[in-house]
Amino acid sequence: MEFLALSWGLIIAFGVILYVLLGGFDLGIGILSILIRDPHQKDIAVSTILPVWDGNQTWLVFGGAALYGAFPLAFSTILPLMYIPILVMVISLLFRGITFEFRLKAERSKAAWDIAYFAGSIFAVIAQGLILGTFIKGFTLLDLSNLHVFYPWLNSFGFMCSIGLVLGYSLLGSNYLIIKTTGKLQELSYKISSCLQYLILLCFIAVSIWSPYLDPAIKARWFNPDYMPFLAILPLTTVGLFIYHWYSLRKRHEIAPFWCAIGMFLTCYIGFIISIYPYIVPRHITYLEAASGKSSLQFMLVGAVIMLPVLLFYTFHSYRIFRGKVTEPIKY
Amino acid sequence: MILDTALLSRMQFGFTISFHILFPAFSIGLAMFLAIMEGIWLKTQNPVYKSICLFWTKVFALTFGMGVVSGIVMEFQLGTNWAGFTKAIGGVLGPLFTWEVMTAFFIEAGFLGVMLFCWDKVSPRMHYFATLLVVGGTTLSAYWILTANTWMQHPVGFHIVDGIYKVDSWYDIIFNRAGFPRYFHMMLAAYITASFVIASVSGFYLLKGKFTEFAKKCFSFAWLALFILIPTQLFVGDATGLEVHNNQPIKTAAIEGVWDTQAGAPLLLFAIPDQKNQKNLFEIGIPYGASLINTHKLNGVLQGLKTVPPADQPKVAVVFFTFRIMVGIGILMLLLACAAMYLRYKNRLYDTRWFQKASIASAPLGFMALWCGWLTAEIGRQPWIVYNHIRTLDAASDVALRDVMISFGLIIIVYGIVFGVFYFYFLTKTIRHGPGELDEKDPHQPFLYMPSKHDEE
Repeated sequence: MEFLALSWGLIIAFGVILYVLLGGFDLGIGILSILIRDPHQKDIAVSTILPVWDGNQTWLVFGGAALYGAFPLAFSTILPLMYIPILVMVISLLFRGITFEFRLKAERSKAAWDIAYFAGSIFAVIAQGLILGTFIKGFTLLDLSNLHVFYPWLNSFGFMCSIGLVLGYSLLGSNYLIIKTTGKLQELSYKISSCLQYLILLCFIAVSIWSPYLDPAIKARWFNPDYMPFLAILPLTTVGLFIYHWYSLRKRHEIAPFWCAIGMFLTCYIGFIISIYPYIVPRHITYLEAASGKSSLQFMLVGAVIMLPVLLFYTFHSYRIFRGKVTEPIKY
Repeated sequence: MILDTALLSRMQFGFTISFHILFPAFSIGLAMFLAIMEGIWLKTQNPVYKSICLFWTKVFALTFGMGVVSGIVMEFQLGTNWAGFTKAIGGVLGPLFTWEVMTAFFIEAGFLGVMLFCWDKVSPRMHYFATLLVVGGTTLSAYWILTANTWMQHPVGFHIVDGIYKVDSWYDIIFNRAGFPRYFHMMLAAYITASFVIASVSGFYLLKGKFTEFAKKCFSFAWLALFILIPTQLFVGDATGLEVHNNQPIKTAAIEGVWDTQAGAPLLLFAIPDQKNQKNLFEIGIPYGASLINTHKLNGVLQGLKTVPPADQPKVAVVFFTFRIMVGIGILMLLLACAAMYLRYKNRLYDTRWFQKASIASAPLGFMALWCGWLTAEIGRQPWIVYNHIRTLDAASDVALRDVMISFGLIIIVYGIVFGVFYFYFLTKTIRHGPGELDEKDPHQPFLYMPSKHDEE
């Protein structure tokens, strides 16, 4: 049972980080699209994600469905508490997905759809940041009467996380554009990435200093003398990745910045998991307490063991089919 | 009626799912159509079929995208608005959704890219393989979702520990006997819906005298398909009715407007159900009809609504009328399909103007019947969310009414503008633009993607 619950915890964690990375660069390009003035370049930027965005969103659907099936107690506790950010997120994603399709088909109204596309992208990310903030800070399980008065997700730390996520996704997006484009658009992306990296460093430092003060449990875990030498590897790796990121941008490398950004996301994500483990609703419900019945977990695991390798293989394969530079906007 | 969180959540869910269902239904049907057309193209190499594939793929892409994003809203609403439900049955329905995502959703999303953008990048056979996988994905996806819904109608294979539903037999749940007719009913509905849209669009081209070659092939195929599909749907619908009567006699009673348990119940063509006084105000019926349809025996017994307390009855009038509208549309469809066959026999299928106009007007028929059918099934299940086990009222989340108002307001604005106005705007734009003339020099032009390496400067 513990093994099953832990497996599902890890699978969901894996699904979430895949969504953050894949959905992240495509949301990031949505945010950056506002900075790309030239309509032709904007079309190219959007074209780089057009064939893959559907698949990227699917990891969110997967994470949601798996959480629903494997940890129903968590799903039914977290979502009502996060009511507004969750619904703003899904409605923004819907709006964004649609404007994506519409801006391809529009002619005169294209400028309006561009703004809508940007708005859908950034609101979705801000909502995700607020949710992330609450996860780190820990949920406040209030009785219903209090819930009507104020929102547990509405706090300065949440907004700090939102800013971090907007910047982080944008960095993934612009680094992806560096790989996929040429000429002026690529040059613009290099400039954007160079600026963003410093802002992100600031955010990283701010969140790292702030979060131990949010909760004594986080502080105790990270500053425990037994673990500290091992845990210190994470921030050190992040700093190393940052330096290499900075260097590779200066040297105008094409591939390295993207992988460095992914590396930074990964280290932060591992740090996040270390902070909240073993809670799935932080500070209230552990993943074991929230797990659903044995037969449900088993049945799902059979599917995951067979299907996940296949899914990963062809996610990889579809990126391979669409590899290479995009020099002309695509349509269908 | 007091507006509370549960009621508003129901309205929100009903609103979002009513929009959502249109897109998967249409794309399931279109995918099958595309697979058939691409198959014919591969076999005959006739370029008309290629242009049919290219054109309808555009419509498919637009529709599929809508289905994906509106589906995400559905999924998360189960947690935000229906926490009581999720907490109790998450372990039953969640694995079905997870399997759906793993076996169907990813396949569709992944191979859709190949289907849309890779006409020239992969071999025709490989492309056809991708199309078939997308068809397989949509078909399987519908099965998982229908299985989940069937479980809510006819829960099997579980035991309850402290209010949490634990699964005993996945086999019973996945191969729920009550589910098969419902699944085929839904799939046929999807094929019929798509066929009517195809008939409508090609009827429009025929009327305007545009893209005639293209339009004739689509028009002829769609009406032939409808002539086969609609009578089949009547049989499957009948089987679905038997299954409903077996498992949910009160739903059947609401559909037929039967208040008192009786043998040889009449088929009411029209009536005004009066829930307050537990009777019908005005009845026109065919003797024995309802018993014959629902039990296949003239003197079959139908359980009356009064056998359960009024609090356990669904809103009879709604169920009664949505069902009749569905059947009425079905009969209209059948008449149209027979007219098409007659015209084909007379060799007048492509030049009968009234029939072209009728075809154009028939585009929404499938969607309307689909909506009414689902309303009958879902409202007929009330007041239960899981039939005879969990009440819808107990399933709602503890969220503030204000928050639900905010979210519902947002949803109405976004859906209203986006789906209600612009989806149709862009759909009709695509249709007006049409498939392009056949002799167009390079039909691959729109799919140019990443040609040889050259700098932008």
